[in-house]
Amino acid sequence: MPIEVPKDDWPGAVKVVTLGAMAQDGGTRTSTVTIGGERTLPFLHFEQAPPHRPVIALEITPVRPADWSAALLEAWGEVVEDPGRWAEACGSVGADLIVVSLGLQDAGGDPVSPDFAVRSVTTVLESTGLPLIVLGPGQAEVDNGLLVAVADATKGERLVLGLCEDTNYRTIVAAAMANDHLVVSCTPMDVNLAKQLVILMTDMGMPLERILMDPTTGALGYGIEYGYSVMERLRIAALQGDVMTQLPLVVNPGYEAWKTKEAKVGHGVPDAWGDWGERAVNWETVTAVALIEAGADVVVLRHPESLTRVRGAVDELMTVG
Amino acid sequence: MTATALSGIQIYKLLPQTNCKECGFPTCLAFAMKLAAKQVDLGDCPYVTEESKTELAESAAPPIRLIELVGRGRQVKAGNETVLFRHEKTFYNRPGVLINVVDTLEETAIEEKAKRVDAYAVDYVGVELGIDGFAVESASEDPARFAGAVGAVRRVSDLPMVLVSEDADVLRAGLEILDGEKPLLVGATSQNWERMADLALEHGAALSVAGGTLDEIADLSEQLSGKGVEEMVLRPMAKGMGASLALQTQIRRLALKNFRPLGYPTIEFIDKSVDRAMASVLATQAIAKYAGFVALDVFAPELVYPLLVLRENIYTDPQQPIQVQPALYEINDPTPNDPLLVTTNFSITYFSVANEVEGSGLPAWLLVTDAEGMSVLTAWAAGKFDAESIAKAVKEFGVADRVDRREIVLPGHVAVLSGELEEELPDWNVMVGPREAVDLPAYMRTVLTEDRP
Repeated sequence: MPIEVPKDDWPGAVKVVTLGAMAQDGGTRTSTVTIGGERTLPFLHFEQAPPHRPVIALEITPVRPADWSAALLEAWGEVVEDPGRWAEACGSVGADLIVVSLGLQDAGGDPVSPDFAVRSVTTVLESTGLPLIVLGPGQAEVDNGLLVAVADATKGERLVLGLCEDTNYRTIVAAAMANDHLVVSCTPMDVNLAKQLVILMTDMGMPLERILMDPTTGALGYGIEYGYSVMERLRIAALQGDVMTQLPLVVNPGYEAWKTKEAKVGHGVPDAWGDWGERAVNWETVTAVALIEAGADVVVLRHPESLTRVRGAVDELMTVG
Repeated sequence: MTATALSGIQIYKLLPQTNCKECGFPTCLAFAMKLAAKQVDLGDCPYVTEESKTELAESAAPPIRLIELVGRGRQVKAGNETVLFRHEKTFYNRPGVLINVVDTLEETAIEEKAKRVDAYAVDYVGVELGIDGFAVESASEDPARFAGAVGAVRRVSDLPMVLVSEDADVLRAGLEILDGEKPLLVGATSQNWERMADLALEHGAALSVAGGTLDEIADLSEQLSGKGVEEMVLRPMAKGMGASLALQTQIRRLALKNFRPLGYPTIEFIDKSVDRAMASVLATQAIAKYAGFVALDVFAPELVYPLLVLRENIYTDPQQPIQVQPALYEINDPTPNDPLLVTTNFSITYFSVANEVEGSGLPAWLLVTDAEGMSVLTAWAAGKFDAESIAKAVKEFGVADRVDRREIVLPGHVAVLSGELEEELPDWNVMVGPREAVDLPAYMRTVLTEDRP
């Protein structure tokens, strides 16, 4: 009995966004990343082949991260002391792009300066040809000071700057617009808030094709179900034609998972949690894969082994047997 | 996209339309509306035809049949799902997580593995999670050996079983040991289906329906239906995650459109040829995307714990966010001189705070009030998180007996409560903490460790 396969025919599509610029486009990157363009829910090849793969970013910091799990520091070894070498290492394990998370302190332990941030980002740009996302430490005044300087110093690279939040987006968006960069719009697990912030940014004149949306997800065991459903709802809204939701989704399973006790610590936890190293990587990987199933276009990871596994999942999801 | 049972108007067309009022309603339409809302019984209409009865009964059946496997007093069930996306309503029956054992292993080794699986229990937000059953697979294709393996599992565990062989004689040998239980037989193929149907019916077992395409699965399930088999589990045999996602999605969509041949839960056997790392990835997709049962070859706590937690998260009812128990929680083994923080019992609020504090390594007491599962700001706006309710929680949980340090830290978002709370708790120094949990460790390291008069 031949069955008619039930296909959805959506009127809308996610915007296609390119991260990074090579020499011919005014940048210095040796590769770029293009994401988005979906016209179906994730990986439903029988409706339409997904136009672009979800990409995997690895996160690095300009100075050795003080609050990262020992398991991560061990996995990376001494490169964590040097953002240039760290970025190179990320490239050699197969990252599609790199997230540079600026902290509140410089290498000497003093409050971070715009000059230090620029030097850090420049070092990374010189050490790798991959596209970059550059994030501030998350305090409005500091973020603005650092990101404006970075944006000016890297004009034309099509970096992604963030995080733009409802309380602090104008300065970052203006700096990105003036220097041909992109931005991340970040809102806390809510479809309407996510839309609202994008509307505010486009009101400033920022083109939709230069905005990524970070809906905030929570980690496995710590609220991932809210992030998962918000992502599914955002993507359905995008496909239904709601323009302000038609943006690629960037999520941070690395940051989220490595905050959890399950990933972060190896002692003083129940035996039923099993081997620490493997559990930690599973925590990050399961979080990431679940979010990819919900529509993530960029997943930002921290552990190189998680990257290998998530890539395995993406490879399979991009092919039909 | 929700599967809709018949609407009131559709039901009305199946009624006599005489408005005789004998059902107690003024018109047939009014009665039909009540029927659609499942508030009355069709039997209240004395004149409804047999044909209409059959049609209405069929439309009332759930789009995905509920299948319950029964071991020795232990059950696991799948099915009864009504939506494609959890936000549309909720997913109901958590996919059963099963561990495979193969009958070529020595019985002692099988017992040892089954014992560890059976004993496995892990606490997640106060809920005990564990494994739901076993899949015993015949690689030997020897009935006696298979019976030995089933017996070995049953000696150490009461959990429900899935018996895996394409040979009916092998399965029969296993079934004979499981008297009075309801296992799943895996199962029927286009070659063996008649014998399998007989065996399943004879033993009251559920039967799996294998196929690599929608057509194959539906054809086989219709043949089995025709033989009288009702208790079925579909086994989509797609190769790779992309194809598997497609097949599972298509099955769920068609089932929700009341396409009966596919209206059963599914089972996914995680590909044995993959390593543990990839097994975790494949099982993640199976749990998120529609599997009713998931069978894993390897049992290891670090593999199954994340998967069991994922299953809890995905199957949590979005309309009823999980709340944590209001209580005085200890984080990082606090002493009576460590700080006391207060927050609400909305799960994410609690986990955000507890997680930050835990991650910081700093000991603290966390007082969680009963705010009906609302976050700090929402609860405050609704009057569920105020000075009175915080003071009540301080008394109810005997905080003063356990914490000597007379200092209580409010979430920054409700700084406005500090005056009233000082009146409610005159012996306590009320402090205002950061607005966001993520800033707690820094706040605790700086403000709370300063010497103050």
